[in-house]
Amino acid sequence: MSALRAAAAGTVGAGRVAAGPPPSDDPRSALLTTQLKKVRYRADALIEVLHAVQDIYGFLSPAVLETVADALELPPSRVLGVATFYHLFTFEARGDHTCTVCTGTACFVKGADALLASVSDNFDVPKGGTRDDRSLSLLEARCIGSCGLAPAALVDGAMVAKATPDRLVEVIRSAMAAAPAADAGEPESAAGGVA
Amino acid sequence: MNGNNDVDLFDIAHKEREEQAAFRRTVLCCGSTACLSGGAQAAIDAIQTAVSEKGLAQEARVVATGCMGLCSRGPLVKVRTRGEADVLYADVDAEIATRIAEEHLGAGKPIEEAQLSLEHPFFARQIRVVLENMGEIDPNRIEDYIAHGGYRALRDAVTTMTPAGVVGVIQRSGLRGRGGGGYPAGMKWSLLAKAPSDQKSIIANGDEGDPGAYMDRTVMEDDPHRVLEGMAIAAFATGAVKGYIYVRAEYPVAVRRLEQAIRQAKRNKLLGKNLFGGEFSFDVEIRIGAGAFVCGEETALMASIMGKRGTPVLRPPYPTERGLWGHPSMINNVETLANVPTILRRGPDWFADIGTETSRGTKVFALAGKLENTGLIEVPMGITLREIVEEIGGGVPGGKTFKAAQTGGPSGGCIPVKHIDTPVDYDSLMALGSIMGSGGLIVMDEDVSMPEVARFFMRFCMDESCGKCLPCRAGTYEMHELLEALLAGRGTAATLTRLETLCDVVRTNSLCGLGQTAPNPVLSTLHYFRSEYDSLLVPEGAHLAGLPGAHGMAASAAERSA
Repeated sequence: MSALRAAAAGTVGAGRVAAGPPPSDDPRSALLTTQLKKVRYRADALIEVLHAVQDIYGFLSPAVLETVADALELPPSRVLGVATFYHLFTFEARGDHTCTVCTGTACFVKGADALLASVSDNFDVPKGGTRDDRSLSLLEARCIGSCGLAPAALVDGAMVAKATPDRLVEVIRSAMAAAPAADAGEPESAAGGVA
Repeated sequence: MNGNNDVDLFDIAHKEREEQAAFRRTVLCCGSTACLSGGAQAAIDAIQTAVSEKGLAQEARVVATGCMGLCSRGPLVKVRTRGEADVLYADVDAEIATRIAEEHLGAGKPIEEAQLSLEHPFFARQIRVVLENMGEIDPNRIEDYIAHGGYRALRDAVTTMTPAGVVGVIQRSGLRGRGGGGYPAGMKWSLLAKAPSDQKSIIANGDEGDPGAYMDRTVMEDDPHRVLEGMAIAAFATGAVKGYIYVRAEYPVAVRRLEQAIRQAKRNKLLGKNLFGGEFSFDVEIRIGAGAFVCGEETALMASIMGKRGTPVLRPPYPTERGLWGHPSMINNVETLANVPTILRRGPDWFADIGTETSRGTKVFALAGKLENTGLIEVPMGITLREIVEEIGGGVPGGKTFKAAQTGGPSGGCIPVKHIDTPVDYDSLMALGSIMGSGGLIVMDEDVSMPEVARFFMRFCMDESCGKCLPCRAGTYEMHELLEALLAGRGTAATLTRLETLCDVVRTNSLCGLGQTAPNPVLSTLHYFRSEYDSLLVPEGAHLAGLPGAHGMAASAAERSA
């Protein structure tokens, strides 16, 4: 364990302990270091740091979690415990495109189940999962807070308001036909892309 | 100016009002998240382009405002002309937007067919306290907030009142917590004020977890300074030095707007050290959740702020005794805090005059579901459910009939049509087996199956149970299984009895509010719509038909592990 942590520390923690550039030339680890500096390596900023990791890498990998544990001087169990507790953190890479169907109460009443079933059937993608060829992920959101426009879904971050199964499938099809989404990693930051 | 740290609100307000008054017309375009997703940006761009092309830029000011409320008819645009009545346009696409600029702003002829009357009951029946600035100000500009009376309440509190005096005003106003429980805000404030510590903190709970609710999101996004001002007043009244706003990660726009508002307030010396040249100092920090409904619970929320798993702990000690990092803390809902500046500005008696004897003031609801008009409304407490559904909501569309209204989300219940004349206040809803909740109000028509609604909420609670205490962790799972069995035609009278027993076990034995209230959707639908459950039941033994060699416990165990 300590060897692994030491190795992981080489990418980020070293930036703090010893001067000089981190040995890794992965630009993402520099981004993470910036974030860690921003929160001044405070242990209570763990959730913010995990958000940053997910923004940067798209998902949380064991190696990066080790790095975070080391940088914040927290036991790895604590980092993994927090990461697994919250729903928004994911441990596997998402597909090139994401469709997030809101399953809040208003959307439920107005037919979110039909949207999910239709996307799942049409694209052969499991609910909450990713297609085998990693071209599409189908996610459920608790509530995206657009209840006046129910049922709602997000395709690569763009809102499909008052959606019907057919229209949603069509929107996904044209998104997949176009160039790969720039950032399909995190639907929540994508939700903000609406504004 | 009487000192380095003083801020002259009057100057800022005066300058802003003068600048705004230079324009004869103001075009207020709803730029809320809902309208933006409905194409508001295209409408705003079209108006702006047309305004500059037609040379109207000296005369008409185009502002992207916060939510105007009627989300189902968005994008909304309001044209205000000096000396004339406001004109509201609904469903504004780029084409209508260009026509508004050319015909209304240019030629002075409003477009009749695209208008929506402001006398429409959706607007006419509302009283706006928390939402008073919505659709009026640009949420990105502190000057606009100040020009509308913002931060005046904070200045007056800090410069002319004592902390105890401010607590007294909140107590007299009768303001109760808007997060759901309805605990008297003044009492909570006085508890924190009495706590002996110089490390006290105020927490604004913006972890709006109820699916079907977006009131707090709208307040944080579209009037962020109101939340900051409410927090600063609470801090002055209670002796707190630090504030945290806990926002759901699902609300990135709210996070950005609040961050910006904090920067603006600091720059204008409305947050920070020695405010208004006095002793009072206060800073606010944003903390972002990561998707856990249980974090709406006070102790879980504080754990999350401290970067831990959001699991609740037993109270007492209450947060006002031992909160963040062991110091006294107070958690108020965003909407509760958003009421505070107005209460101070207009007086506790003005506020207490609105609403009912035990529920003062207004409540913001996210009106959704099977209704003609859906969106964000603010109504006086005590208004009847019928008025909300039929007048403001415009009734159920498509010739269908109203079946039930769901309030309080996964902790609440369904109110059937026979109680549609019930006044909407904390105590009346409680008496009907529901709760006020944070403000989601979802209308269901005859097509909605109540056992399915119960299963929907139970699945939610099962997923969201933090797993710390057994009654909630195992109980919600088991109740969900039983509901699944009923809906799959595998349930007998014994299944239903077991479900009811479990409701009682989970309700009385769970550690926190999540588990204690998780059975509510089942209990209330059972109470009012029992026949729907009864019609799902099959005779004893029939539920095992088709399972080869299976009987009794073995069968249900097999089903469960399948």
